[in-house]
Amino acid sequence: MVNTKVNLSGLELSNPIVPASGTFGYGYEFARLYDINILGSFSFKGTTLEPRFGNPTPRIAETPMGVINAVGLQNPGIDKVISEELPKLKKVFNKKVVANISGFCIDEYVECCKKIDKEEQVGIIEVNISCPNVHGGGMALGTSAEMAAEITKAVKAVTTKPVFIKLTPNVTNIVPIAKACEEAGADGISLCNTFLGMRIDLKTRKPIIANKMGGFSGPAVFPQALRLVYLVYEAVDIPIMGIGGVATAEDVIEMMLAGATAVQVGAQNLVDPYVCRDIINELPKVMEKYGIESLTDIIGGAHNG
Amino acid sequence: MKQSIFKILTNEPIAKEVYKMTLQGDCSDITKSGQFVNIKLEGFYLRRPISVCEVEGDILTIIYKVVGKGTDAMSKMGKDTELDILTGLGNGYTLDQSGEKPLLVGGGVGVPPMYELAKRLVKDGKQVSVIIGFNKAEEIFYEAEFRALGCEVYVATADGSVGTKGFVTHVMKNLEDYTYVYACGPEPMLKAVWSEAKTSGQFSFEERMGCGFGACMGCSCKTKYGNKRICKEGPILVKEEIIW
Repeated sequence: MVNTKVNLSGLELSNPIVPASGTFGYGYEFARLYDINILGSFSFKGTTLEPRFGNPTPRIAETPMGVINAVGLQNPGIDKVISEELPKLKKVFNKKVVANISGFCIDEYVECCKKIDKEEQVGIIEVNISCPNVHGGGMALGTSAEMAAEITKAVKAVTTKPVFIKLTPNVTNIVPIAKACEEAGADGISLCNTFLGMRIDLKTRKPIIANKMGGFSGPAVFPQALRLVYLVYEAVDIPIMGIGGVATAEDVIEMMLAGATAVQVGAQNLVDPYVCRDIINELPKVMEKYGIESLTDIIGGAHNG
Repeated sequence: MKQSIFKILTNEPIAKEVYKMTLQGDCSDITKSGQFVNIKLEGFYLRRPISVCEVEGDILTIIYKVVGKGTDAMSKMGKDTELDILTGLGNGYTLDQSGEKPLLVGGGVGVPPMYELAKRLVKDGKQVSVIIGFNKAEEIFYEAEFRALGCEVYVATADGSVGTKGFVTHVMKNLEDYTYVYACGPEPMLKAVWSEAKTSGQFSFEERMGCGFGACMGCSCKTKYGNKRICKEGPILVKEEIIW
């Protein structure tokens, strides 16, 4: 029997599979399809202090082996998430969830984290300082090491839950930003949010997405995300949730070899709603194939020697 | 929603750039007319959402227009090709409010979902009128099929090559005694029908989708009844809630 358990900042996960924020709603759409308790955890839809409708449509454009989205953090707001979404989720999910929190200034992050800190269903707070689809916040806050550190400190001061900072890949060098988060007290790093991209419609000669650009994800970005996880693993001692283009159990193992302790699955949920279930079923077989007894043993394994 | 494998039985052109495909598979989740399916295509990342034209036992009929590389690939698929399809998506039309003389209005590839709807309304004993609108003669399809159901059929073409010259609303203007409107087509057509309609009705909308089952928030719209996902709380919106 192989062992798929991993420990993420004190939170024991039965396996490292965590559906990524924005691709899994607040869980119950998928709970109709399969028992989501088989997941390690999942990261819920990026939530802000106030309700948001998000960007105008079209918000979606296809790419070879990927998708560009510019949803723009549509969510019902933190109070409704706590009063409505979490109680609904509780009926179908008995594990701890990752709470993905977004904002437009430090105070908003702090307010959201204060509120979510009281929720026992939440195991980890994932602070999204990397949304590419909103103006005057989101990613703008995650492109500077100083700002990333400041948000980390402010959030850590108001919660006892482990805090993961979700970083953007749209920077010249991600390493100093990850290090700054670690020094500021982050318990982990989520790597990475989507890559900025765009598509133009040949008939209209205009960008397909109303917001012109969006966040590019899907299997096409897997090698890029893998590289960032590899780089950051060498630079920090806190755990990493690897994110970007993961679609198979093999990808999960590759991401863990690069340095991820847990692995998020994003875009693939949208085209293959059962992908996380299938990866979890496949994982033990793939582990056996590659002679892996315990997943914990392979975290960062590609760095040895 | 159900994910299952369907096998292509037929796949033939029925009008200019328009194909009719029949498939065999598990249709048990398709419970209402106006719902859609989401088809995975080899070599393309996102699925292709296509409305249900007809469902009869385990036979699914879809009609699609070749608009890009994905639908072009579909048009070249042969008999017995297997397709991974999500079925039972979208809210679908509700029939309760139709009254005795419902009017169905379809434009272009908005015509196909009207067929299953017409079938069900006729079965319920309703006196169904259908207006189908196209740009020109070679684009017309399903006129005979609607007549065969026993519907009163009106055709409008933008160039006047067949039927009434102009848009579906030009036909609609002269109709008086319909009890309810069901519409599907491009947004400008929906808006015109919405303005012209003398009764309440249901309108089917289109949007670029990510997942098609409510997970990604890619196709949200604002309505008077709150934010809705076209793929989940739509694609059908009632007349009173639509914000243009």
